[in-house]
Amino acid sequence: MSQSLLSIEDLHVSFSTRRGMVEAVRGVTLAVEAGEMLGLVGESGSGKSVTGFATTRLLDTAGRVTAGKILFRGQDVTKLRGDDLRQLQGAAMSMIFQNPRAALNPIRAIGLQIADAILTHKRISKDAARAEALDLLRAVQIRDPEQRMNAYPHELSGGMCQRVMIAIAISCNPALLIADEPTTGLDVTTQKVVMDLLADIAAARGMATILITHDLGLAARYCRRIAVMEHGRIVEEASPKTLFGAPRHAYTKRLVAASPTATSRIEDLVTAEEWERHAAVVSNARPPAAHGTPPLLEVRKLAKRFDQGSAAVADFSMTMAGGESVGLVGESGSGKSTTSRMICRLIDPSEGDIVFEGQSIGHVASRDFHRSRFRKDIQMVFQDPNESLNPRFTAFDCIAHPLMRLAGLRAGKELWQRVEECAERVGLPLDLLPRFPHQLSGGQKARVGIARAIACRPRLLVLDEPTAALDVSVQAVVLQLLDRLRRENDIALLFVSHDLNVVRMLCDRTIVLRNGGIVEQGESRALFDNPKTDYTRKLVEAIPHFESGPAMATAL
Amino acid sequence: MTGLGATMVRAGRRLLSSLPALFGVLVFTFLLMRVLPGDPAVFFASGPNAGKEEIEQIRKQMGLDKSVPEQLVFYLSDIGHGNLGRSMMTGQPVLKDLRERLPASLELTFTALLIALIAAVPLGVVAALRPGSAIDHGVRLFCALGVCVPTFVSGLLLIYVFYYLLGLSPDPTGRIDVFTSLPPQRTGFLSIDFLLAGDIEGWWAACRQLILPAVSMALFVIAPLARITRASMLVSLGSDFVRTARSVGLSWHKVVVTYALRNAILPVITIAGIVFSTMLGANVLVEKVFSWPGVASYALDALLSSDYAPVQGFVLLMASIFVLVNLVVDICYGIADPRVSIG
Repeated sequence: MSQSLLSIEDLHVSFSTRRGMVEAVRGVTLAVEAGEMLGLVGESGSGKSVTGFATTRLLDTAGRVTAGKILFRGQDVTKLRGDDLRQLQGAAMSMIFQNPRAALNPIRAIGLQIADAILTHKRISKDAARAEALDLLRAVQIRDPEQRMNAYPHELSGGMCQRVMIAIAISCNPALLIADEPTTGLDVTTQKVVMDLLADIAAARGMATILITHDLGLAARYCRRIAVMEHGRIVEEASPKTLFGAPRHAYTKRLVAASPTATSRIEDLVTAEEWERHAAVVSNARPPAAHGTPPLLEVRKLAKRFDQGSAAVADFSMTMAGGESVGLVGESGSGKSTTSRMICRLIDPSEGDIVFEGQSIGHVASRDFHRSRFRKDIQMVFQDPNESLNPRFTAFDCIAHPLMRLAGLRAGKELWQRVEECAERVGLPLDLLPRFPHQLSGGQKARVGIARAIACRPRLLVLDEPTAALDVSVQAVVLQLLDRLRRENDIALLFVSHDLNVVRMLCDRTIVLRNGGIVEQGESRALFDNPKTDYTRKLVEAIPHFESGPAMATAL
Repeated sequence: MTGLGATMVRAGRRLLSSLPALFGVLVFTFLLMRVLPGDPAVFFASGPNAGKEEIEQIRKQMGLDKSVPEQLVFYLSDIGHGNLGRSMMTGQPVLKDLRERLPASLELTFTALLIALIAAVPLGVVAALRPGSAIDHGVRLFCALGVCVPTFVSGLLLIYVFYYLLGLSPDPTGRIDVFTSLPPQRTGFLSIDFLLAGDIEGWWAACRQLILPAVSMALFVIAPLARITRASMLVSLGSDFVRTARSVGLSWHKVVVTYALRNAILPVITIAGIVFSTMLGANVLVEKVFSWPGVASYALDALLSSDYAPVQGFVLLMASIFVLVNLVVDICYGIADPRVSIG
């Protein structure tokens, strides 16, 4: 044990909150060897980030290590003070954070920020530090590094900011790098580039890395050993192959099942008995639409230009039949959210037309569309379940509001019945209805968002990354719910997502967008199995799969 | 330097867009003065027994016999020619009066703001570094006291302690005692003029006169400045980039000053601008207590004697200064925050 670069022994971390002490980490034991990349996987609240912050001594003031040791090169990190601690931070171990743009000082040029880190640990002149910072920018493959030295974080993309963050973290050649969800929030393609870069740098400099992530696929792709955390404990630790091939612990099994892969189906995501409950409904297959019925939605040559003049979306056409599910995928900036918002009539298209059930609705101004009779037929589920619920509305109010506005219901018994019916359909326990959003979990909030959207029995549901902020196990349940709603109520789904595995499962057809234009479209499975364009292929290849086994061997 | 250029363009646009507001202020004050009770002609007549003809003559002389719209047109055309009218009280052109008194007010306000900032920012930072501690509560108490004691009370208290009891400060009458010879006027700020003239003794005398009124004004505005500093410092200290700075082991000083404070100071700049404008107009009480020959007490006297021109001139001056201060805040903000010039 003593040879390990880092060994954590029976670590306990508690946070003092208003409701007393909460134990976030309850006895974690972990060892990291020099040069190794370890994956620390778990869902939100599992204590994986807290373990990382305890190791680098960056816990909030409310958090405290209550028991256990963190030995780094034989020295107990939890007992370090003052200068000893500062010599450790940055120089011996450093950290990369989740939200790269927020993690950089917004009003300081990035070159200076890198130089700050260098000057803290090396006694060199400012010019020398600047030269070193420039070399680091080159090392993290930033184009035009000389010019970028004077750039501010807001002038860089998320992926670029994360590279700068990596440059800061590696500036003093630490022996241990802790990456806390380094690519969450980045596109799949950017994620791949950043992670490849990180893996290469770690390998080239012999740095040990702890990759903290909720994404099993990502951990499997880059790590040789993965530790799974649940409720502040490590429940299983193994190589990716064993972990995914033969998970031993019940939680690992559930997690592995819930992670969408290239071949998984909606029904695979949860265990058999959970699926049983809905099986009866699923078997009622929808009869194929009779020939000659007009499509539910027809979009013709839609275009949107914002003030700057460049087109966010250009020449976008599609049709959807009732009860059909269509996926809209692409990187950020590809125009998928803009398109979905135009179809939802939240923003006005610059050109083109939207025909819903044979009626043109594209020319109704978006600010008047709430009076249209189609408003209740087209509803939207938003990306962030936290931000898209009014914090002053209870769950009941959230669901009741569209019923009162669009269906003309008055407060009373009928409204109660309808709201309860919606809550039941989305599987929201009725006793949660009087609660406010901050009293609900992420999954429960997502359900409220969906219940609100289906309250007026819409024909078309537009979903903008509805599960992006959710844990995989919650995502699995929400996806199932959506699929069930589609089958039961014949609701058509337009599903906007950057998670191709999810789209592949849920959607009959997929449209790939790039720079506001359609690159490729077709039946989902065929499209993903045999991408016709390079762009789609790149997207598909960027998804971390864990069946393919760890790719670290090739990266090394 | 494109950022700076963009800031300048933005500032220029801001200036243009504030012209209608200035015009509105002009007309509004004019009408307000006409609506207020009190007849200046009666007030400025030779005595209580002035005859009707005399009053009528004065009224004609002042142009008050014409209709209000006509008076307004005359007034606006005068303003257009740079003529703010003549004060009946002092018998001098309003422009000259204001030019004499404005430096006194500005010197006092600048000093007070400087004292307030020097006190408030460290207090806010210290409070934010240890939220909930005794220091935090101490700062809160001090701020509360500063706000709830009116400036004329704190001014009188300061005079009582430092002049009457301790005898440390000179008698609180005006900017300089009557026997000191004044330096040649260059900036109008006595302390600076004395320095330019090389008269250290005079400079010290001017500063001693200045310190008490400035402190009593500062006490009143320390609270908002310290509170906003504390709040924005707390946000800043809890932000991700401060955590990043700590994660690479930057020194405490660098984390707190370069990373946290520089970000936290941005809203303080805005508040300081507002506080400055408010102080300049509202420091009449301090000016009265310390017999400070500033514009605010001048305007108050004019208002009490229904002297239209100085009040209108004063309001116009204040409105213009408000616009200017906002402009300066804008420019400071543009320089301090690189994101502004883009957005």
